[in-house]
Amino acid sequence: MLGVIRQRVTCRGIPTLTLEQGMRVVASRTFSSSAKEITVREALNSALDEEMSADPRVFLMGEEVGEYQGAYKISKGLLEKYGPDRVVDTPITEAGFTGIGVGAAYYGLKPVIEFMTFNFSMQAIDHIINSAAKSNYMSAGQISVPIVFRGPNGAAAGVGAQHSQCYAAWYGSIPGLKVLAPYSSEDARGLLKAAIRDPDPVVFLENELLYGESFPISAETLDSSFSLPIGKAKIEREGKDVTITAFSKMVGYALQIRNLKTNEMVFPRMFYNRIRVRVLRIICINLQSYIFYNCMWNPYRLPGILAKEGISAEVINLRSIRPLDRSTINASVRKTNRLVTVEEGFPQHGVGAEICASVLEDSFEYLDAPVERIAGADVPMPYAANLERMAVPQQRGLATDQVHWPQLPKRYKELKLTKINL
Amino acid sequence: MAIWFSRSRKIAHFLKPKIAPSEFLYKICSNYANSSSFRTLGGENCRNPQVFSDYSTTILAFRRRWWRPESTRAGEQVETPYSDDDYEDENQALDFPGGRVTFTPEMKFISEASDKRIPCYRVLGDDGHPISGSRYEQVDKETAVKMYKSMVILQIMDNIFYEAQRQGRISFYLTSLGEEAINIATAAALTLDDVILPQYREPGILLWRGFTLQEFANQCFGNNADYGKGRQMPIHYGSNKHNFFTISSPIATQLPQAAGVAYSLKMDKKEACVVAFTGDGGTSEGDFHAGLNFAAVLEAPVLFICRNNGWAISTPTSEQFRSDGVVVKGQAYGIRSIRVDGNDALAVYSTIRAAREMVIREQKPILVEALSYRVGHHSTSDDSTKYRPINEIEYWKTARNPLARFQKWVHKNGWWTDDDESELRGSIRKQLLTAIQVAEKTEKPPLAEMFSDVYSHLPSNLHEQEKSLRETIKRHRQDYPTDVPV
Repeated sequence: MLGVIRQRVTCRGIPTLTLEQGMRVVASRTFSSSAKEITVREALNSALDEEMSADPRVFLMGEEVGEYQGAYKISKGLLEKYGPDRVVDTPITEAGFTGIGVGAAYYGLKPVIEFMTFNFSMQAIDHIINSAAKSNYMSAGQISVPIVFRGPNGAAAGVGAQHSQCYAAWYGSIPGLKVLAPYSSEDARGLLKAAIRDPDPVVFLENELLYGESFPISAETLDSSFSLPIGKAKIEREGKDVTITAFSKMVGYALQIRNLKTNEMVFPRMFYNRIRVRVLRIICINLQSYIFYNCMWNPYRLPGILAKEGISAEVINLRSIRPLDRSTINASVRKTNRLVTVEEGFPQHGVGAEICASVLEDSFEYLDAPVERIAGADVPMPYAANLERMAVPQQRGLATDQVHWPQLPKRYKELKLTKINL
Repeated sequence: MAIWFSRSRKIAHFLKPKIAPSEFLYKICSNYANSSSFRTLGGENCRNPQVFSDYSTTILAFRRRWWRPESTRAGEQVETPYSDDDYEDENQALDFPGGRVTFTPEMKFISEASDKRIPCYRVLGDDGHPISGSRYEQVDKETAVKMYKSMVILQIMDNIFYEAQRQGRISFYLTSLGEEAINIATAAALTLDDVILPQYREPGILLWRGFTLQEFANQCFGNNADYGKGRQMPIHYGSNKHNFFTISSPIATQLPQAAGVAYSLKMDKKEACVVAFTGDGGTSEGDFHAGLNFAAVLEAPVLFICRNNGWAISTPTSEQFRSDGVVVKGQAYGIRSIRVDGNDALAVYSTIRAAREMVIREQKPILVEALSYRVGHHSTSDDSTKYRPINEIEYWKTARNPLARFQKWVHKNGWWTDDDESELRGSIRKQLLTAIQVAEKTEKPPLAEMFSDVYSHLPSNLHEQEKSLRETIKRHRQDYPTDVPV
């Protein structure tokens, strides 16, 4: 691990922090920090545990959730505690166990169906949409489906096209479903509890790379009655110059853009039909260095490049894709007059497109600049590490590439001066 | 020369005992070593502590083979390397994940079709007399008369609603003609507590359970009195109080769902089971495999009933599967199954009674294949004369009619007369026509019902949409249908 850190520090050209300084930061984070921190994995595990003990109708079903303790260890210890009747290992048939879950929900149980990744949910998508989402409506309220479908969504690291798609936009377009995308541990705990308690079918999109990340958490969040309201976005950081909306892993990236101190910002332009999708690249990160990066830098403590340029960005953590918190987003845009949407999924018909349309419908006069959508590349996710980096919004900083960023603050500044007063 | 040698070497190799004595010794030693460390062949945790017996049998086999006089061994090599007797005596078997299997030196493929098809259980002959030697559950007069009457009502209802669709009064209809016996006899054999997950050709079950003709008509017209609030196409009935799940169009999705309902029912510990229907076409869906496999693994109390009526729209069963119907598929999943004559109401009744009892007592799934014929078209969107001969349809409609056969039996018992018949048919026809008229005149569901039930509670965005729609309607009243109450 030390070797890796040393290599990263010398090769990647991060100028300011030396190894010793880095280690001191690590030490200070581990020992002197007073706020409790838990990983997203622990948050999900504790939420499941508490909901299962509170309501005997809740049960977990999926591949490897029992004996294997969960494909990503989210359901660790649950089989031992609740037994095989409530933590059900299934054969490899998404259509099968999703159908069974829906049927069980029809008859009054509260299943939590785990997909190993949401990519595999496509094999069961008829049950999710035609049965779970539409049944309450088609039966005129006679059949309610209090089911939760959860699992990792979106890109992980080096898993290729069939394991990396983001389904937020797909499920987010279905009336009858609720779609949630947590970011931090607090989000994970609160939203999963709310999802399990909700009488409607909920699609709960987690993120594999976030499972191991720790976040500070308050005592109130750790209480077993804690839950977050579905349909409310969270303003992670207030600002006044530009609104950045994001969900899941991209919230972390948005916060780091906002807060990060660095000299190199890169925006290579990627063309998608007529719409330019700008990929933000701040600090070079592949999976290893991403972990390293989180150890080394505390994004909450450093002033950011945007702040350096005098731009204060408001970061909105959507939390809920459906229902989308249009009022929070619009209120923020009316305050800042500019909007950048960030997502990892494909750009066409994406979450950013919906937010863009919503803001155009409700707050057109308040916009000083066109809405900028940042999304993944319009290609199936490539496997090669270099290509994969380029296919999703990344934080990557290399002095070698073209630098467009210094132009950006100027552009925003110019636009600020020419703001149209209505 | 070289070729001859190589070929002879191959033959010699084939004639040699399968394992050379030296190899055998090695095998025994390694087996012993394995057993001492308590590993099975699979290397997993020792669920099957049979390793020692395995060791002993190999020792025995070794001894028998080694000490046999030369001549007989040579003789055996030429004819057959091993005889069957050896295997039965020594009971040689192998441990594999999944259990012990005896092994055989004969390479035998299981045939894709057995010589004889699985026979079909039948009670009544075509003449209405019980077949001699048939064993069936006795039906008392009240039940038998109710069954026959329901079959008649179902048939008339199908005909009249079909005509109504042809007249343009409803948009769609789907008949159960030819399958009345399956519908009604099954319903009669179950109790109200048994949860039904239908495909779509089972309205007879609702009829038996007390769904009125007016309620059927309301659903078909999608009016305000429809329990589905006008949300679904005609014939997609559903009723909580009759334990009949709302019909869902995608085929066979109800099969894994039935296993889920049964899982939930099992926890309730009720004297009831789940009954899931499908047609012959539905057995091709992936959900059929998932549902049956899962129900067997989970030991869910589900009664799977397959109405094999020979046709899936225009696809005959010969193009649907190559197996001997659906009944043989049960064994593939470890599910007990039976084939019954679906046009014989008594046979179906007895079968379902027995199957239901087995399902509840043993808490295991059962598969029933009811053979029948789809006399009507698939639905009003289909004209089956385009893909099957009219005389075939006529034959099944008349000579093999389930109503006629059952009627003969009921008549013979003195429980039903021709006067009863004409009286019933006349009155039902009148009732149906009235029901249709009433349903047609009833108001459609109000606008609020378009937005309710999407979620348990009306979300704010739908509330806004409803409000803006109302305002638009108010502004442009002339552009909106007058029979939709706002």
